[in-house]
Amino acid sequence: MQRLGPLALIFHALFVLFIMAPLLMVIAVSFTDKGYLSLPTDGLSLRWFYAIADNPDFIDAFWVSVWLAFLSATLATAIAVPASLAIARKRFWGRNTIAAFLLSPLMIPHLVLGVAFLQFYSKIGLGGSFAGLTAAHVILITPYALRLSLASATGLPRDAEDAAMTLGASRWVTFRRITLPLILPGVAGGWLLSFITSFDELTMSVFVASPATQTLPVRMYHHITQTIDPLIASVSTALIVLTFLVMLLLDRLYGLDKVFVGKG
Amino acid sequence: MSFLTLESLNKQFGDFTAVKGLDLSIEKGEFISLLGPSGCGKTTTLQMIAGLLTPTNGRILLDGKDISHTPPNKRGLGIVFQSYALFPHMTATENVAFGLEMRSVGKAERLERARAALKQVKLDQFADRYPKQMSGGQRQRVALARALVIEPPVLLLDEPLSNLDAKLREDMRMELRLLQQDIGVTTILVTHDQEEALSMSDRIVVMKEGQMEQLASPLELYEHPRNTFVSDFVGKTNLIRATAHANDAAGAHVLVDGEMITLPGHSLEEGRDLTISIRPEKFHMSDDASGHEVEVRAAIFLGSSWLYRVSSKMGDLFITQPNNGSAGYKKGQSAYVRWSQDAVTLFEEGK
Amino acid sequence: MSDQAHAGPGAKAAPYWMTGPGVIFFIALLGAPMMMTFLLSLHSYDFTLGIQDDWTLANYIEVLGDPYFHKIFGRTFGLALLVTVICVAIGAPEAYVLSRLSNPWKSVFLLVVLGPLLISVVVRTLGWALFFGGNGVLTMTAQALGFGEEPVSLMFTFTGMTIALVHVLVPFMVISIWAALQKIDPQSEDAALTLGASKFTTLRRITLPQAMPGILSGSIIVFALTASAFATPAIIGGRRMKVVATAAYDEYLSTLNWPLGATIAILLLVANIAIIVSYNQLVERRFAKVFE
Repeated sequence: MQRLGPLALIFHALFVLFIMAPLLMVIAVSFTDKGYLSLPTDGLSLRWFYAIADNPDFIDAFWVSVWLAFLSATLATAIAVPASLAIARKRFWGRNTIAAFLLSPLMIPHLVLGVAFLQFYSKIGLGGSFAGLTAAHVILITPYALRLSLASATGLPRDAEDAAMTLGASRWVTFRRITLPLILPGVAGGWLLSFITSFDELTMSVFVASPATQTLPVRMYHHITQTIDPLIASVSTALIVLTFLVMLLLDRLYGLDKVFVGKG
Repeated sequence: MSFLTLESLNKQFGDFTAVKGLDLSIEKGEFISLLGPSGCGKTTTLQMIAGLLTPTNGRILLDGKDISHTPPNKRGLGIVFQSYALFPHMTATENVAFGLEMRSVGKAERLERARAALKQVKLDQFADRYPKQMSGGQRQRVALARALVIEPPVLLLDEPLSNLDAKLREDMRMELRLLQQDIGVTTILVTHDQEEALSMSDRIVVMKEGQMEQLASPLELYEHPRNTFVSDFVGKTNLIRATAHANDAAGAHVLVDGEMITLPGHSLEEGRDLTISIRPEKFHMSDDASGHEVEVRAAIFLGSSWLYRVSSKMGDLFITQPNNGSAGYKKGQSAYVRWSQDAVTLFEEGK
Repeated sequence: MSDQAHAGPGAKAAPYWMTGPGVIFFIALLGAPMMMTFLLSLHSYDFTLGIQDDWTLANYIEVLGDPYFHKIFGRTFGLALLVTVICVAIGAPEAYVLSRLSNPWKSVFLLVVLGPLLISVVVRTLGWALFFGGNGVLTMTAQALGFGEEPVSLMFTFTGMTIALVHVLVPFMVISIWAALQKIDPQSEDAALTLGASKFTTLRRITLPQAMPGILSGSIIVFALTASAFATPAIIGGRRMKVVATAAYDEYLSTLNWPLGATIAILLLVANIAIIVSYNQLVERRFAKVFE
């Protein structure tokens, strides 16, 4: 292994700065004491954080997003776990096709999903409904949950289960005591990644959400296209802090690098 | 004058001393093994010779020139890495030709020499395969050809056989040794496998905790290990407690399980606790009631020989006896063992 | 697989029970909407009468023949190409640096580089909007350096979109290349050095080719995501710098010409899948023999 030269370290510093810059910018602006967009050069103020409380539509949108993400991540995991166990460990007719089908939303631009659901829901009378939004999110995030639990299920040592059965465990006990604990990190990581992917999703939701079911990113997007003010910066800062906490959890649970390898 | 010299070589990693004051002179064409358990500093030493690590103190001289601080790409030594470190995106030929290309050898000559090198390791039919398409043994040969084709003054082998299965490993030992003698290249082998070191080397350096324990030819090392560590690490042995009894012109008289044995050339303080070493194959085992009585605890048939574990007043012993076609001893049977006095190696340390 | 060994009655059906709920759900809620969108693109639209019941390729002919759409598609794919190239140029060295750091720095910076992927694209784009705006930092810096009093704005520019999209997507590039670098036997670099290669030659001839699968898979991810990106072009590019995704959005939600919007969406989908599939095949053919 060769050591890193000073040039490499300078590049690294610049790269990290580039990655952090817009986030730091958002955070800095959110602490301004002015009534308009500016850096807090004269003094820090929390006034724009208090201002969030006066804008209940952001808070409502936040709770819509939380419920939506929780529900759709749970449903996606419920679809993904049995499917991943079948795909990873059994040979059956149509196996590859089914796997490709369940992963296919990864290849479809969110915009395309958005317009497809917009038309579909308005035809069947689910337009703008929370149920429709949830179903759309389940489609979108199932591949993420599936991929992580698929990775765990593939790495599962088959003989550990065989060993449990020869020791007298029933199929159900084997699943509960051997299989489930072994795939649990992947399942939990998949749930959390699905949760946050759903929580962050904008492009598809913009088409599907109605004013009553606006998610936080949709609410923020509409706000930004109207006006960029310190309020949106303080909302964003709060979101950055929350995401950071989830990120630490995800890293603990599954390893952030493994979550993202090959994502797309 | 020696060809490759290590002069009080030291390597520190923080507080940890990996290699302590190693001195070694290697003659041209010699095959030297660095033998020791993991963490003994043998690989660190090899990497310092290769230039992949810089010594903390001391010098490395190659043909009289100090190369201690020469970067690895200017040393021109040939190395076979433990993982083989083949370039996965190049064919066997491209792998072998790489070193020649770095020496600005023309393309035609490069290919010709690479093919000749592959032929030398009997891989001429696999010249256009990628490493992924070859077996472990074939990859190992590519790595060897790649190291040899640049005609290095010294060939360094870092546990080159450890990733092969047992049968292949034995074949490769012989082949590697013959090839080395053929080419006459000075070679240093790092290994933790004593059989490998014994079978291939001209001389062996036994290392422990960064220091040299003994430097000797394989036979010398086996027959006259300097201390209990070497005797236990190189080959199997039985370490038996003994007591010094008296000295006279014939040597030291030592008491082992009630029998007096004489060790010529020694003079020992009376009553002192000692350890003697007797190799398992140096025992003679029979039914005649002479020598030390033992009881067979376990018998294992190894094909060419029997391995017994027996209990005796000297403690438990391992004994091997050649297979002469008879049934051998059974568990629970009694027998008598004897040994000749020159089978005994004495260590002036208590067990 | 030794399934048959402990297969009870009905075990053959088990995989279908296990995948069935997902497959049925996907057929109903993914297959049906996608099919309807495709069918919608085959209808014509009248500004007073709305969506017609006819079957026509007119929408496709319009999009494929209109210079206005040529420009938007051209801009989108040009943007995707540029963003991909920049991501390779800065992502590859960063991945290399990351792979050479030792813990704890490695974990810390991996978190710093990958973490933003979890933060909403809206938030990340907002950060750049704050930089780029007429009274943003860029203007202040320019004024402080004496480049004149005119506000410098990258809002609604191609450059602004490029910078913001590189920022949003470069973590994907870093992680793919990093994953490829993890698989390299570090001794293969030592081997090259001892064979006489300089550090630079080792990097170019040994490390880079082995990182190539990561560079290629990172490229396809970044390209596909840029080509279909919506939030960042919508916020930074706005109406003035339309890309395919924002153009389709406008057809749906402003002009209300759904069939035309559906046509654009279908074309985007087809282009996206065609690029991903052909690229994957190319990569597979190229590397199947070399890497596992």
